[in-house]
Amino acid sequence: MASYLLRRVIATIPVMLIVAIFIFLLLRLTPGDPATIIAGDYANAEQVAQIRESLGLDQPIATQFVIWLGNMFQGDFGESFFYKKEVSELIAARLEPTLSLSILTIILTVVIAVPLGTLAAYKQGSWIDRGIMGFSVLGFSLPVFVIGYALIYVFSVQLGWLPVQGYQRISEGVGGWLYRLILPSIALSVIFVAFIARMTRTSVLEVLGEDYVRTARAKGQTETRVLMRHALRNAAVPIVTVIGLSFAVLIGGVVVTESVFTIPGLGLLTVEAVLARDFPTIQAVILLFSFIYVLINLIIDVSYTLLDPRIRY
Amino acid sequence: MDQKYVLEVSGLTVALPKNADRPNAVENISFTVAPGEIVCVVGESGSGKSVTASAVMGLLPDALRPKGGKTLLQGEDTLTAEKSRLRDLRGTRMAMIFQEPMTALNPVTRVGEQIAEVLEIHTSMTAAERRQRAIEIMEAVHLPDPEKMVDAFPHQLSGGQRQRIMIAMALVLDPALLIADEPTTALDVTTQAQILKLIKEMQERRGTGVLFITHDFGVVAEIADRIVVMQHGRIVEYGDRDDVLRRPKAPYTQMLMASVPSMTPPERSAKTGETAVEVKTLNKVYGKTSWLSKDRIVHAVQDVDLMVRKGETLGIVGESGSGKSTVARCIARLIDPTSGSISLHGTEIATISQSQLRPHRRKVQIVFQDPYRSLNPRRTIGQSLVEAPMNFGMAEAQALKIARDLMELVGLSGDALERYPHQFSGGQRQRICIARALAVEPEVLIADEAVSALDVSVQAQVLKLLDDIRVKYNLAMLFITHDLRVAAQICDRLIVMQKGVIVEHGPTRAVYQNPQHPYTRLLLDAAPGQGMTFGSEIAPAAAQGS
Amino acid sequence: MSSVAISPARQTMRRMAQNTSVMFGGFLVLLVVLMALLAPYLGTRDPSGISPKDRNQPPGYETTVRDRDTGQRVTVEYRLGSDTLGRDVYSRVVYGARISLIVGVSVATIAIVIGMVIGVLAGYVRWLDGIIMRVMDGLMAIPAILLAIAVVSLFSAGLLSVIIAIVVPEVPRVVRLVRSIVLSIREEPYVEAAITAGTRTPTLLVRHVLPNTIAPLIVQGTFIVASAIIVEAILSFLGIGIPPEIPTWGNIMAEGRSVFQLYPHNILYPGIILAITVLAVNMLGDGLRDTLDPRFAKRV
Repeated sequence: MASYLLRRVIATIPVMLIVAIFIFLLLRLTPGDPATIIAGDYANAEQVAQIRESLGLDQPIATQFVIWLGNMFQGDFGESFFYKKEVSELIAARLEPTLSLSILTIILTVVIAVPLGTLAAYKQGSWIDRGIMGFSVLGFSLPVFVIGYALIYVFSVQLGWLPVQGYQRISEGVGGWLYRLILPSIALSVIFVAFIARMTRTSVLEVLGEDYVRTARAKGQTETRVLMRHALRNAAVPIVTVIGLSFAVLIGGVVVTESVFTIPGLGLLTVEAVLARDFPTIQAVILLFSFIYVLINLIIDVSYTLLDPRIRY
Repeated sequence: MDQKYVLEVSGLTVALPKNADRPNAVENISFTVAPGEIVCVVGESGSGKSVTASAVMGLLPDALRPKGGKTLLQGEDTLTAEKSRLRDLRGTRMAMIFQEPMTALNPVTRVGEQIAEVLEIHTSMTAAERRQRAIEIMEAVHLPDPEKMVDAFPHQLSGGQRQRIMIAMALVLDPALLIADEPTTALDVTTQAQILKLIKEMQERRGTGVLFITHDFGVVAEIADRIVVMQHGRIVEYGDRDDVLRRPKAPYTQMLMASVPSMTPPERSAKTGETAVEVKTLNKVYGKTSWLSKDRIVHAVQDVDLMVRKGETLGIVGESGSGKSTVARCIARLIDPTSGSISLHGTEIATISQSQLRPHRRKVQIVFQDPYRSLNPRRTIGQSLVEAPMNFGMAEAQALKIARDLMELVGLSGDALERYPHQFSGGQRQRICIARALAVEPEVLIADEAVSALDVSVQAQVLKLLDDIRVKYNLAMLFITHDLRVAAQICDRLIVMQKGVIVEHGPTRAVYQNPQHPYTRLLLDAAPGQGMTFGSEIAPAAAQGS
Repeated sequence: MSSVAISPARQTMRRMAQNTSVMFGGFLVLLVVLMALLAPYLGTRDPSGISPKDRNQPPGYETTVRDRDTGQRVTVEYRLGSDTLGRDVYSRVVYGARISLIVGVSVATIAIVIGMVIGVLAGYVRWLDGIIMRVMDGLMAIPAILLAIAVVSLFSAGLLSVIIAIVVPEVPRVVRLVRSIVLSIREEPYVEAAITAGTRTPTLLVRHVLPNTIAPLIVQGTFIVASAIIVEAILSFLGIGIPPEIPTWGNIMAEGRSVFQLYPHNILYPGIILAITVLAVNMLGDGLRDTLDPRFAKRV
């Protein structure tokens, strides 16, 4: 078990390294010299040279990469070109809204999607199944921002039940926090509900065709228990895998949703940074998001050992 | 409850969906199973034998609907029973075991819990009592150390052990009827013998009526009290074991019986042709050591020596994992041997590069087990047949002419060349594969379980074909099989492999009559239906071959 | 057995014609394609022509303008209203179909071509497999939209950079698909039979292995079209995609954001058209998956 964990952790290192190399090269590929950009329009050549030296830009590129990576490891993401602040500070300030939105969305998604998908599989071919699947195709054809604006228009502009946009920190009251997050998380969860319901259906259907389900029926087990005890239990691994993989899409959705609902999180920070060509911030945010994604999938990989006894060591 | 029969099937008809090749999966099926009796339903694929079993259990797939008849389980019709009543009956009065022990158990649940589940559904026992009962029944089916094994997961057990768990699960509530659907087909022959023995033992001790579905006449001869022979959804013969096996009346039964290869190898004179292929100290090792994973090395083939002469058939027999197919694939260079020498007519091919090998590819051709995957579904038979000759420089017209002749040779018509594989049956496809192998006039033909996936009647024909072409083309044939009956009939000499090593080697007749190695003896003893003499000896070609 | 040779391809065509998803989705896709092709003839005006006095008008708004050629005053209608610069939303929506389709189809084509080459290399050249797959894992670890954002931020905004930005994250998915098919097909007995028949590797790939990738790649390609259309809209909507004067559905919506509460039509109509288009492509993909490759239907 310990060695399995160790191997899984080690296997993520090359992946993270490739992510880091890619993102590092991204900054190097930027048109123009970062030192010139940082120094601003009114700097003279000497100042630029000084900045270049302080950033280590006069070193060979491999050395620069190692220094950069070392800094990243220590949480030193450099200084934002645009905000003239430490990127790590910026990120720390923007982390809470993004985490809140993501976690709420995931909870909402799993609670709705897994039962829907299971039901569709169980009632395969019926109108319930076709209805759920129809909704699912529709769901991931609707872009997040279209859903977002449609929801705002109906519930905020027309009915006036919920706020149009904005965010309230959880420390200022859970009620207000939730009140402002309802619409964004619903908007964001539609596509995931669609996706995960569909995958749940596929996985459960596949398991329902397995020999051991027939064995369970031959024992005289009731259909409900066949479904709960044998089918869902075995479908758990693929379902959890898909939930893990969908985090990548979720992160993309967060960027858009925060933009629509003006939630001051990491997604909005990303958009602002791109518009301002604030490369240290872009780099840091992408690296952070990718790291979180790899980490989540690592956790999910390890969770397989709990879900499936065949995966051990 | 004192019924004369535990199961009485009368006039059972199950409809197939529209646009199937026939209207009914089974038609007007009637037979009975008495307590303490084993009734074998035997037939080839598509005969409807499994449908019959599923209909009794109420486990038919939705597409199949029973249209008429009765299946009386101790007088109660399971065809018309309510779903809930059916559930009550399953596990308590009728139980079923299946073909694939590898997939029939839930992989994420402990085996003890899976047995206890039956008790949980049908009894009011406490969890502790259920566990105790599970251990007892596991002991009864002779599983080692049941106290420990009760907490094992299926993947930790062997195929035979899993099938024992299935049997334990089926018998834990002492059902009156046990339905066994090809329960030993997926098992190795030695394991099969043990499971058959167990089923017989349990059935005798508990007086269970057993409905045993199988395609294998050897198994039938081993355990049946009475026999139902099915063909195309109908019963063609039904009677006592000895009547059916020794004095079959229906022509179909006679044909089937005649098709089962005999366990007695015919007299074959030693072949003296020149050596076509010679293998020396062949080794194939899978996996490598690294600092993260401890020794995960598998020695699939270890120091194998063999030699095949022109015009001779060398058989390699062994159970799964014996390395017999690995040897074949090394000789065909579909995998690279780790070490050793393979010499084709003096040309060393074990270690040469793919480009150096290409001109020699022609000399070794192979026929695979699965006829459904052996032909590219997107290409016509003609395209498949001319591929090899054209690779070696033949003009298309010439290659097509040869292909046409070969089709005639393997018993198909020349216009089959324009068709696609899906338009042919399994046996026909295997003939096509043989024709394809012959198209480049190979010196060595490898048949890797080439008749194992075929029904027995088709198998006999394909075996005959293989033997005929060996004689006609003076081929060196390497025949890989797990089936000792087939090996007895087709091989001049035999190699017995176990765990990657050759344990015995000699002329087929000598090996069968006087086995030297204990493992060979074990294998031969395990072959079912020893007492029964079956018809098929592939005499004519073998006689000419000398 | 029928006497005529029925090729597997013909059977597939027959199945497709009977599938409602294929027919309905395909019909809608056809409509969108026609809309893009015939944009100038569908009663549209210059989609970039601004008219400050007519800005922020509701759907159905009419005004008179002096015709440039004749000098006469003619009535023009803003069927779907106007945006903050007084451009005709209807014309912009109709012309927007062009960009969406160009982006969708080019991204799918490029991603499949690149992915196929890399995937075959990974599946067939053993020593390359490890390296390629690690790089692909790395690329896949960066969330697609962020990767696209990162790539567009490098170049100046424009159609080409948007296409490249969307292609990059799609490639690893195609690579994985192709590689997995190649790996499983090369184990098939008919491929092994071709190897023993002395068929050279390039021929082997083209003749026996790659045809198996066609059906899954058509299906995957359809889904890439759908996702590329969405990602393009998202990038434009966020203001980091195609330059705002070019009519794209994302740009129209971005334009309408500031006045959304008063004039929702700027977001509503392009949003609906966008959703219908993506829905149609997805339905087509679903239907194709069920008819082209039933085995593949198990995978997503």
